Amino acid sequence: MTDIQRYQYDVVVIGAGGSGLRAAVEARLQGKKTAIISKSLFGKAHTVMAEGGAAASMGNVNPHDNWQVHFRDTLRGGKFMNNPRMAELHAKESPDRIYELEMWGALFDRTKEGKISQRNFGGHEYPRLAHVGDRTGLELIRTMQQKIVALQQEDAEELGDPEARIKVFAETTITELLKDGDRISGAFGYVRDTGEFLLFEAPAVVLATGGIGKSFKVTSNSWEYTGDGHAMALRAGATLLNMEFVQFHPTGMVWPPSVKGILVTESVRGDGGVLRNSEGKRFMFDYVPDVFRAQYAETEEEADGWYDDPDNNRRPPELLPRDEVARSINSEVKAGRGSPHGGVFLDVSTRMPAETILRRLPSMHHQFKELADVDITKEPMEVGPTCHYVMGGVEVDPDTGASLVPGLFAAGEVSGGMHGSNRLGGNSLSDLLVFGRRAGEGAAAYVDGLGESRPAVDEKQVEQATADALTPLEREDGENPYDLHSELQQTLNDLVGIIRKADEMEEALNRLEKLKERAGNLAAAGGRAYNPGWHLALDLRNMLLVGECVAQAALTREESRGGHTRDDYPDMSADWRKINLICHYDGEHVGLKRQPIDPVATELLELFEKSELKKYMTDEELTGLAAADAKEEDK
Amino acid sequence: MTYTAQFRVWRGDAGSGELQDFKVEVNEGEVVLDVLHRLQATQTPDLAVRWNCKAGKCGSCSMEINGRPRLACMTRMNLFAEDEVITVTPLRTFPVIRDLVTDVSFNYEKARQIPSFTPDPKIKPGELRMQQEDVQRSQEFRKCIECYLCQNTCHVIRDHEENETNFAGPRFLMRIAELEMHPADEADRREIAQEDFGLGFCNITKCCTEVCPEHIKITDNALIPLKERVVGRRYDPLVWLGRTITRRKAGKDTPKVPNTTP
Repeated sequence: MTDIQRYQYDVVVIGAGGSGLRAAVEARLQGKKTAIISKSLFGKAHTVMAEGGAAASMGNVNPHDNWQVHFRDTLRGGKFMNNPRMAELHAKESPDRIYELEMWGALFDRTKEGKISQRNFGGHEYPRLAHVGDRTGLELIRTMQQKIVALQQEDAEELGDPEARIKVFAETTITELLKDGDRISGAFGYVRDTGEFLLFEAPAVVLATGGIGKSFKVTSNSWEYTGDGHAMALRAGATLLNMEFVQFHPTGMVWPPSVKGILVTESVRGDGGVLRNSEGKRFMFDYVPDVFRAQYAETEEEADGWYDDPDNNRRPPELLPRDEVARSINSEVKAGRGSPHGGVFLDVSTRMPAETILRRLPSMHHQFKELADVDITKEPMEVGPTCHYVMGGVEVDPDTGASLVPGLFAAGEVSGGMHGSNRLGGNSLSDLLVFGRRAGEGAAAYVDGLGESRPAVDEKQVEQATADALTPLEREDGENPYDLHSELQQTLNDLVGIIRKADEMEEALNRLEKLKERAGNLAAAGGRAYNPGWHLALDLRNMLLVGECVAQAALTREESRGGHTRDDYPDMSADWRKINLICHYDGEHVGLKRQPIDPVATELLELFEKSELKKYMTDEELTGLAAADAKEEDK
Repeated sequence: MTYTAQFRVWRGDAGSGELQDFKVEVNEGEVVLDVLHRLQATQTPDLAVRWNCKAGKCGSCSMEINGRPRLACMTRMNLFAEDEVITVTPLRTFPVIRDLVTDVSFNYEKARQIPSFTPDPKIKPGELRMQQEDVQRSQEFRKCIECYLCQNTCHVIRDHEENETNFAGPRFLMRIAELEMHPADEADRREIAQEDFGLGFCNITKCCTEVCPEHIKITDNALIPLKERVVGRRYDPLVWLGRTITRRKAGKDTPKVPNTTP
């Protein structure tokens, strides 16, 4: 029998990006012995790629901003399908989470008064994103990495061992959660370097594994984004919410082919960049949807006036929420007005001096220069949609991040509900901080509540997990994991991508079924030490399960909303808005059920005018909104 | 546009290894990491390569390409002639785990020995006021993606393993400089920069700056100013007076964090 290294912890956090690190800091601050499982080296997680900033209504640049306005923007962006309690907590707590980072050493860009500067972004009414140039994610992750080191230094001083109460397991992957009855009892995985197995005996696990983008061909996501947390949660008996909502970021690089999908930050547009088609036209003016008509400029003059005088001009349509911009670019390209390599033009070179571009968008300048031989101070970029973020995820309790499985928590991209059908740029970094902290706190409280009755690890489950992990290595002749991965990516990209049709999604489900069969015969050559083919074979199981959830949910939801666009059902439906689609798993098949959405509290609904709510909701949902009626009559 | 390139890739583990030759397809616009991925997908499925973002932002895919320390994801194939043999080897300064992957834990140990950011405990969250021009210096150093190419290149440890205990390397001397220049930090790490982290070993040959993929001016903006501060701390007779009137705690050098050396 294979040797397994065993560890005992109070809380195991799977994932070392923003939400995982924030959850781990919190669990440790609550006195819990905490393990952080990092699929890559410590400090390399996908959060480093976040560019634009973290949204928090501090009001440092425009004093009109407050949490209510942020809440309202978030719901508009999510087309009113957000979990309202999550959106409220997020809007209220983001500023504190940002200020806290500053006390841990983060250095955000400043205003003239010396406060944290805030920038404009799509869908946000006021300048709201705390930022550091265009590398805000790096600042977040480094700050929290250094906070964890600071906590370890405390323990080194007090207890003589820096890893006494918080330890990072770098380049370690969890493949399975373990349960005692219906409760979490631990987690099983392997160390990349050696291929050795390890077992965590722990009553509480926080999933912070991020997203699913590596199941799509064109994506801005890193190799880690294989839906591990989504899939493990399903297998452990938790549920996933609204997996059909996948965000395609409007601006990924399109050329050269090897960098297709790499992100071009929304800050380019927030800072004044414009989108043009091959005829030189700023086409976004033609695509402002009815629900946003009131808030967006109708002429280039008005749009350009907004940057300096936002009180007297409406926003440029380039700053519509991401789903709108991505669909518009897609339509322009389909209509034959695209750029030479199948995108559209994103231009800053004619909009601001080279010096400003270099100061505000240094990483973008660097990225295009190095990878595409394009100098963005002199010529436009070519951009097109790229799979960026999944709004769907583990169904959680908003206040604690608890899933339906006792002891299992989730935070960040792997959790669902916060962003509704479409996430606003900048709301992800603040989401990580707000709900990472809450999940860490929730896990700690859960452990406290257990007292002496801790769950025990079932050795049969460990044996099963060991066998499952070793199978691809032991198989002599079988499917090549790289080939299977590439076919999966092509399938989801082509058939469950930015524009969806019933027959294509049925075809996708057929193909996924065949891929699943073949995945049962995966073979990885080589040994156990740092063997990427073996690791991919293990990741594929998760990608296939999550892919099935996305395809099934997308086939079921017969409307178009946010990150889910149906060619055959192009309109938004007020009846569908009331329904959350919940994925569950019986060990063989993914099932779907419909569940009513949480209602928005009346006092929060009254932040909107009734005429706007009517565009989203049924009449019966709006009866009794007296204050909104009165507000409308006032006009 | 498409051609066949000749790659020589180091394969092996801590015990032994050798360069192996491959012929592999290259397409327009590709980087070295693309070609290594193609090798994995078509010829050597277990070739160990550490990578993550493939966009030059995470600093994982550090290796030596034709002898030069580089990020594989930012090294364009059009840098090389089509008939050139491209040799890819692991970072030389760190122990090999397998193939192109090295054990960089040295760096995480050093990071843990440096006293962390220490703000005035009386300041509450949200109260900090700092000017852009004051935060800018440390911001430059915080661009660091921890690829450790500078650590790998610095001859103080590249050629002299015995210096590893007493020298933190450019990345972590720069971290000390970053904290020393942070407008809200109150600790004083100048003494330990010299005594414990080996600032004196650095003879400003600027090799670290040359290989930095973020183009941080490590030597000019971090190491030399830090050296100047250390000299000021040690020999300036005004330091005694200065210490009594500045916000820094009088005469207190912040010690290296105890119990952090393995």
